[in-house]
Formats: sequence, structure tokens, C-alpha cells
Amino acid sequence: MNEEYITIYINDKKYKVKPDQTIMQAADACGYHIPRLCYHPKLSIEGACRVCIVEVEGQRNYVASCAFPVSDQMRIQTNTPQLRRARRDIIELIIDNHPEDCHTCERDGNCELQRLASSVGIRARHFDGPRKQYEIDLSSTSVIRDPDKCILCGRCVRMCSQIQQVHNLTQAHRGFGTVVMPAYNMPMSESVCTKCGQCINVCPTASFLEKNYTQELFQKLNDPDLVKVVQFAPSVRAAIGEAFGIGAGRNMEGELVAALKKLGFDYVFDTQFSADLTIMEEASEFLERVHNNDKLPMITSCSSAWMKCMEQFYPDLIENISTCKSPMSMQGAMAKSYFAGKIDVEPKKILSVAVMCCTAKKYEAARPELEFNGMRGVDIVVTTREIAWMIKSAGIDFVNIQAEGFDNPIGLSSGAGTIFGVTGGVMEAAIRTAYELSTGQTLVDIEVEGVRGLKGIKEGSITMEGQEIRVAVAHGLGNANKLLDIVRKEPDRYHFVEIMGCPGGCIGGGGQPYPGVNSIPMDENMLAARAEALYSSDRKKTIRRSHENPSIQQIYKDFLGRPLSKKSHELLHTHYKKKLPKGIVPEAAKI
Amino acid sequence: MGKEYVVTLCEGPSCIHKGSRRLRQLLEKKLEKHGIAGKVRTFLSGCLGMCAKGPIMVINPGYVIYGGVTVDDVDEIVEQHLIKDNPVARLTVKESHLYNRFFRVFGDAKFFGKQMRIALRNCGIIDPESIEDYLSLRGYEALAKVLTDMTPEDVIEELKKSGLRGRGGAGFPTGLKWQFTRAAESDEKYVICNADEGDPGAFMDRSAIEGDPHTVIEGMAIGAYAIGANKGYMYIRAEYPLAIERIQKAIDDAKKHGILGDNILGSDFSFDVEIKLGAGAFVCGEETALIHSIEGYRGMPRPRPPYPSVKGLFDKPTLINNVETWANIPVVIIDGGDWFSKVGVGKSNGTKVFAVAGRIVNTGLVEVPMGTTLREIIYDICGGIPGNKKFKAVQTGGPSGGCLPEDFLDTSIDYESLAEVGSIMGSGGMIVIDEDSCMVQMAEFFLEFTQSESCGKCTPCREGTKRMLEILTRISKGKGQDGDIEKLERLGHMIQKASLCGLGQSAPNPVLSTLKNFRDEYKEHIYNSKCRAGQCKAMLSYLITDNCIGCGACLRACPVDAITGNKKEKHLINQDICIKCGKCYEVCKFDAVAKS
Repeated sequence: MNEEYITIYINDKKYKVKPDQTIMQAADACGYHIPRLCYHPKLSIEGACRVCIVEVEGQRNYVASCAFPVSDQMRIQTNTPQLRRARRDIIELIIDNHPEDCHTCERDGNCELQRLASSVGIRARHFDGPRKQYEIDLSSTSVIRDPDKCILCGRCVRMCSQIQQVHNLTQAHRGFGTVVMPAYNMPMSESVCTKCGQCINVCPTASFLEKNYTQELFQKLNDPDLVKVVQFAPSVRAAIGEAFGIGAGRNMEGELVAALKKLGFDYVFDTQFSADLTIMEEASEFLERVHNNDKLPMITSCSSAWMKCMEQFYPDLIENISTCKSPMSMQGAMAKSYFAGKIDVEPKKILSVAVMCCTAKKYEAARPELEFNGMRGVDIVVTTREIAWMIKSAGIDFVNIQAEGFDNPIGLSSGAGTIFGVTGGVMEAAIRTAYELSTGQTLVDIEVEGVRGLKGIKEGSITMEGQEIRVAVAHGLGNANKLLDIVRKEPDRYHFVEIMGCPGGCIGGGGQPYPGVNSIPMDENMLAARAEALYSSDRKKTIRRSHENPSIQQIYKDFLGRPLSKKSHELLHTHYKKKLPKGIVPEAAKI
Repeated sequence: MGKEYVVTLCEGPSCIHKGSRRLRQLLEKKLEKHGIAGKVRTFLSGCLGMCAKGPIMVINPGYVIYGGVTVDDVDEIVEQHLIKDNPVARLTVKESHLYNRFFRVFGDAKFFGKQMRIALRNCGIIDPESIEDYLSLRGYEALAKVLTDMTPEDVIEELKKSGLRGRGGAGFPTGLKWQFTRAAESDEKYVICNADEGDPGAFMDRSAIEGDPHTVIEGMAIGAYAIGANKGYMYIRAEYPLAIERIQKAIDDAKKHGILGDNILGSDFSFDVEIKLGAGAFVCGEETALIHSIEGYRGMPRPRPPYPSVKGLFDKPTLINNVETWANIPVVIIDGGDWFSKVGVGKSNGTKVFAVAGRIVNTGLVEVPMGTTLREIIYDICGGIPGNKKFKAVQTGGPSGGCLPEDFLDTSIDYESLAEVGSIMGSGGMIVIDEDSCMVQMAEFFLEFTQSESCGKCTPCREGTKRMLEILTRISKGKGQDGDIEKLERLGHMIQKASLCGLGQSAPNPVLSTLKNFRDEYKEHIYNSKCRAGQCKAMLSYLITDNCIGCGACLRACPVDAITGNKKEKHLINQDICIKCGKCYEVCKFDAVAKS
């Protein structure tokens, strides 16, 4: 027999399994799904909820199968009557301290706790008592914190501190009074929260939610005086199908355009168009920095969570950040200037809406630094989840809808704009254009494999005009942390750095659909499927370089002049400032 | 005249409270006045354990123990004893027995008769701030022996021979733990002393450190040598300022003497100890929570395995032992594992320190050989229950332990016997309960403590203990329901078996053990609205009997005007208004107010 395997017994049945894994992993492989709650494959082992307890022969107490390693000849019981009762009682205890408002809860039907309670068969209550009562924190533009719904699984804390390394959330107080909060119970708006929304993605209940703008949007869509313009991000089309029960990885671009039209939008534009525009500006800015010996490496600025993170934790790198606005904000600016002129409408009459995979974009849209001519470029940002709900709520048959195309003149995009939604995409798109701008030659092998994939930090290099250009890519603020520590130590190591705030890039954004039954948010396979939806879309396109996009060429000809022109600077570029978090003493922070 | 004396004043928490520091100041002034300051050395010692008789003063030579000394006694002690060598008989605490070295000093008192001091062997004898005192009583001899004559394996072998088990509560064989940590491969290892004593009323570790800090350091250094560590942490509660001061001084002195630092005693072994202060969370006594706390995180336990011996502080193999365990190490080395293993009973060797509190004549600190019975501690050593009250129960193991009734008084104190009867050894808290205490309230008190000290991480402990507490509160308020006992048991057993750490696993013990041993009291509360101890106010009513002469004292004392009645006529309590404060009962001179 193979020496790599050990023998274990699950419910008296014999199995050969690999050593060096937990009981839960082994049971999964043998076809037993042990109920679980605080466990998350991307996060560290917490062992807190005690839902995944099993009996192991020789152990006095039940053990948490998520944490306990298997060993040879181990005898495990996963479903005895006494174990079922203990597990049931544990989940009831959680529910006994959870609001009884499932009918009006935003996650009704999409709640891991609800599903769990149903699966273990809680049909009566034995230990009902007073519940916790806290105030809901609505202060943030992006992320709502509702401690009443919190079941203290610690996923958000682990996500925020381990994966994102923002360390905004932590458990505070003790016993029954334990609660998850930012330091000093600061409102989310004043805390170091970067608004990335990853806490929402991993929360099994509705303790964290995006700030919801759907009602306001429904209201405005019925305002006859407004011209309703909407854009949506690349990664929205790669994921929205999941909200309608379609497997991950199907590109729903045309369907979404049609649905938005049905919702009442007059013009549907593509954020991928302004992604191309971003590349024109960013690639030019990069080449300018290289030629003028300006501050390098240049670091991308598309991710709004990263912007907030940078301003509070890396203000020493402000000069390294590209001054380009994000594609969303560029698109908003173009809608209210170039496009307004085209249709001869007063910019203030335009309702500029963005559908984003992201919660931080709500924060970005409200940043005063991004205003131009006294206006916001984007008036309302809704997430993929919010727009999916609006489509359902408006009775639109999304699954069977007839696909439609984007409106012009700011709706056409290249494959380079498409891949913006995946980590490494901005870098790849920028290389495609920068290479040609700088060498005058077309880059033939345009798929830059080095910066693709889900590795935390990726490096690559390309030779332009005889000079080696070294690039690096990080996704997730934790990986960004590691990469920027390298940048601080070795400022000459890279020329160009791409940072995306969320794991996987925008496809893993904090506003993407909740996972379906028995699947796990932020699963690597799911991220890979979403990424593939965008990469295959890029492959299918004939135009794959931003500067070849005829609409881009047109807008420079008609309106902007050339990249980095005065007009570009007015509308497409921004600035940043140091925003030290409250309670941080600058000397202590050494920044 | 002309004789030289050493006067020791106990500086245990209780004696400080009773003025021992002030006494020493006064004494020194008087010595000055009489011109004998040069001949009498005074110092403050660690806790002697005779807390009930404090403040304690010991004068040597002669081993004279004075108890209950007041400032008014100082003149007499100086003039009679220190000048005329004529001990003041009325202040002495006297009984007779002799034991080991400690008892050659203090052997006169019955309090010490059945005790045996290994961990506390120097407490009260030496000046804890003097490394010379410690050295003079074979201090650091064990470390020297280990460094010169023994390999790390020899040390572990000796420890395994001794059968010493962890004194923090769980009783894991210490030698085995050391062996595991030694076997773990790593470039770096750590030793930790767990001095995060948190049980209500317990002060064993505090006394050990305050009374003899060097013993703990010596134990840690031996442990570090045995497992291959060069760095140790002393995790101690910030609420123990004197202990912190003493251990810091001990570390500094040891460094000056070449006992800590690089190349200790000329060997190639280097070791240093750093103090880390705990912020007072009970759960930080749990080893993984303590490690998180040292690392700078919120003190919350994590699932084991991996155990700290494999993956501990900063993910390195870590040997973590309790203060009392460390204090035993030098004795095991000097007197040998064989000798140590002969002390005690069954699989529990050596001694155990207890902090005895509650309804007991001699509250204080005792160290007894394993196998001593509860009855011996409570009646022989601690003098029984005061005020002719009847013994009801004894709670061992603090808030994690169980309540044992009279039938179990002859239980031998060892890990196995206590577990067998549904309690635990714990770290050494012992609370004696008399007939005036209500067992439901007892359980409620302990559960309230563990609930509020739960770290909040795992569901059974955080939510389950809260629901149990609500049921207990309901019962003690007279609102118990049919089925409550069964619910308490159902939750209690689940919490024991499913909680993440020892705190949760043992939190239901006070409830489950009182349910087992005092079930009738629970039933009386629920079904008959009766609290036999008269402690549950909701079930109590005050009535005025025919003894009433109508003096009006109760009427005037009542804060809520619940009492009415004309002068010289029998008064009446309006039960709807009465808040059961008991004031009327206290002020009545004619026994006319009755509780029912």
C-alpha cells in the first residue's frame, strides 16, 4: 500500500487519506461535509464557532475538526445523536443572540447562518434570552457595520488583519459583551477602514453590508428631467451571472447592457472605454517619468481602497502614485463634459451612475479631490450585488434577456480595457501601449504571463528602447504591504508597480455577489473562473491595445488633444494628500 | 543584653493591609531610640500564610511568632524581648510540632503542623530582596549542579523520576512536557513563567514570588538549560506591583552575580528573563492566550494541537509552567527525584499550595503534601468554621472547580481523587462555605465571574454560560421554572465538551457539581420558593411577631415606609412595599421580626 496514506475511520467506515491535514479536510475528501461556520479556507484557523465539532476516540472532549490533525488509525464520529444535539444547541445559542428579523434582512435567503440552522434542524428554542443591542454604524460612505447581526466568527477580523493587513477590526470587551469594532469604537468613517468591503464578502450574516443606494437610484431613474447615464466595470460582467444562479465565469456583458436599459438608463457606457483612456494617460505619464528621471517606481492609482490605504499608511509614497484618476472617475468626467457636449445637455442634468464590483468606489466618488467644475464625476455608485437586486426587484428576466450593445461615443473598448478587472491587467494593458508609444513598434506577444495568475506578488520585465523595465504587481492590501516594504527598501528595484486593493483584483471586489449554497466566498476556483471570463473576452477581441481603440483616438482628436494635455490634467488627473488616521501620532508612525 | 536579633515582618497582602509595613517603620524608630539598631536586623518577608492571625512578626533566634501585633505592642516587644530577652507571652502564636527546615523555624504553631513546605520553603524565612539570603539557604545550588554535573537529558530524567505535575491546574507531567519541548527542533526556544493568577481569592503565586523570587528564576533557568532555550518571559499581572518589583530586583541581582546573562557561572549556557505585564484578563492564564498576549495580540486561546511545546511563543517551541511548578524545580534537583516522588500519594507527588478563604477560622496560605484530606486542611490546619456554624461545602479549584459537600471531606487531595468526585485541583483556590450560604447563589457567583471573563471567542463559553447564568439568576429570584435544572445540565455538559479552552470547559463545574451534590436546594428554590440559607431575598419575607411591643424602632428604620402601626401596638409589614433590606430585623431589640 502507498506509504503516503494513513488509515482513518469516519463513522466506522475505513478510509485511506493523506496525512498532514485536518479532520475536516480529510472528511471533505471522503464525502462528509461537516457543518462549519467560522472556518474559511483563505483565512487562518480560528476554531471559535465550535460548529464543526466531532468525536475522536481517546479524546475526552469534542474536537474542532477544522483545527485537529488526522493521525493513523484515528476513529472519528461526525454524526452521533449526542454530537448532533451539541451542535444543534451551539447553533441555537448563536441564533438566540441574533435578531429575529430574517424577513427584513438584506441577506435573507443568502445567509450562511440561516442555511446552517436549517441544515442542523433547529425547529424549537430552548435557551432564548435577552439579545445584544448595539447601534448600527452608518457613518461610512461604503461599509455599514451592524454589531447586532454579528455572530463573532472572526472572519472579518482575520480578513482585515491577515489578508488585507489593515487591522481596522478587532474583538473588544469580554464574555457576552464581546463585539467586533474599529479601535476605540471609532465610527467606520473615521477609522482606518479602506472601504475594500472584504469583510462583507466573508461575513456569514449581515453584520457588514455595503451602504445601499438602490432606493435613491430607483427614485432618480424616474426623474424625467435627468439624462440617465450608467457605466459598469469589467469585473461586474464576469460575476453578475452568479447572482442569478449562473455558474462563475460567464461574461454577461450584453445581458447587463440590456437589463440596465430596461431599468430606465438612457445611455449605457463601458468603464472599459475609460480603462483604455487611463492607459493612454498612465502609459504617457510613465514614459514621461522615465525620460525626465522623475520619481519611480510609478504606482497605479485605479484602486480606491488602495488610495485610502496609501494616504494613511504610505504617505511617503505619494509622489510615486500616478496622478491618473481611476477609470470610473475618468468615465464620469467624460460623461459630464465630452458626452454632455455631444448631446448638448447641461452637465448638471446628467445623472452619472457607476455599477462597480467595489464598495470603495462609493467612497472614491465622494472624494472632493476628484471634483471638476464644481461637480462630481459619478453621482451614484452601486455594487454588483445592488444592481442584481434592482434587476430582480424590477422584474427583469435577466437569464433569458436579449443581449444589447453599448452606446457611443464612450462605449467601445479594447481587450486591454477588459483585463483591467484582473490582477496584473492594468500592468499588462499599460505595457501593450507604453511599448508602442516608446518604441514605435507594436508589441506582438501581448499576453504578459508573468503578471497573470493569483500569486500574491508577481514580477516581470520587458525591454524598451534597450532599457530593461522591471514591473511588479500585488493584489490584496496585505500583499501590497509586502511589496511596498520592498519598494521602500529598494526604491530602484522596480520602474512600475500595480496595486489592487482586493484579492484577485477587481473580480474579487467587495461588492461582488454572495456565494451560493455550500460554496465559499473568495474561493480560488471562483476567482480563476471570473478572471478567465475577462481573459477570453480579450482574446476574442480584434482590438487589444488601448491606443488602437478608435473611440479613444476620436476623443483625443475631438476633445482632449493629446495625453497629459491641459484638458486631460483638468479632467482626468487628481492629487492625493497625507491623511493620517485618527489617534496616530506621526512620530510614532515614523511617516 | 547584647544579643543580636532578626525581626521578620510578614508582607503578605493581608498583613500589609493590617499594617505590617507601618509596624516595621515604628520598630526601627524605637530601635534607634534605644540605641540597638545595629544589633537588630529587620526585614519584610513574603507571606507566611497565617493571614488570619496577622500582622505576623517573627523574632529569631528563638523562633518566636507574634500575631495580631499592633503599634501599641511595639514598645513592649522592644523593651521586653529585644532588650531583656524576655518574649512577650501574650502575643505569641504557640502550638507544637516540628518538620523540615521551615518548621525548625516556625515549628511551634499548630497551623504549620500538617504542612510541608517545598514550593514556599523560603517564604517568610528569607528577606526576598536579598540574594545573599537566598544563596545562604542553598539558593542557586541546583542551577550550579545542573550546569556542572548534569546533561539536559539528566535533568529531564530526574524530573520524570520525581513525578512532578503541573501546578497550574491540569496536572500534566512536567518531565514529559520538558521532554517534548526539548525534542522539538528549532533555532530558538523559550521558557515562560505563568504568573497570571486570576482566581478570585487566590494568592499562591503572588506569595511565592513576593516571598522568594529567586526560586522561580532558578527553576526557569534550569528549565531553559534542559530544553535549550536562552530567553525566558515572566508573565505577571500588573495588579501585583510588589511581586513585579521583587522579581525585577531578583533578576537584576542575579545578573550582577553572573547567575543570569551570558555564560552563567562560567558555563557556555546563557539565559535571560524579561518581565511581561498582563492586563488582568483571567483567560490569559490559559497558555495559548498568554502567548498571544506576550506577542502583542488580544489574549484569546487558540485550538491545540499544536501545543506550545511544538509551536508556542512567536511560533517557536515554548516551555510554559506555572509559578509553583517552577518553585519546585530546585528542590527536585537538589534532593532528587526519588526523594520527591516519596512525598505525596498515588500519581500525585510533592505538595500543593492552597489559598484558603471563606467561612474558615484561619484563612490563609497552606502547603500540604498531596494526599492530605480536605478535612485536615479545613479543621486541623485552618481551625474549622467560625461561630459554631455548620460546614456545608468546599469549593476547590476556584471558579473552574466543583463544590464538595460534607460527605467528601475525607477526599484525599490529589489530581485523581478530586476529579473523581467532580472537582479539580486547579491552581489552588479553596473556598469554605457554611450553612448560611445558598448554593444556587454560589454557582451564580462563580458563573458570573467566568462569563464576564470569557474571552468571547467560542460560542459555548460566550453564549452558553450567559444562558446558564440567566437561568440561575431566575432561580435565585424565585422565578425558576420546571425544566430549568435539565436545561442547566444540558448546556453545562455541552459547554464542558465543546468549548475551545480550559476556561470554557470548566466554567460549568460549579453549577454541575452543586446540581449533583445540592440538587434538593435547587428544587426547593424552583418548586417551593424556598431558600434554606435565607440568602435569596426574593424568597424571603420579614414578619412581625407577637413579641412586638410597638416601640416604633423598625418603623423609623424602614427606608421605604413599609411598616405601619400605632405606638405600643403590634406593627405590620406591608409585603408589597417591603424591599427585604433587613433593617427592621437588625434594629428590633425584642426578637419580634422574623424571617420566613
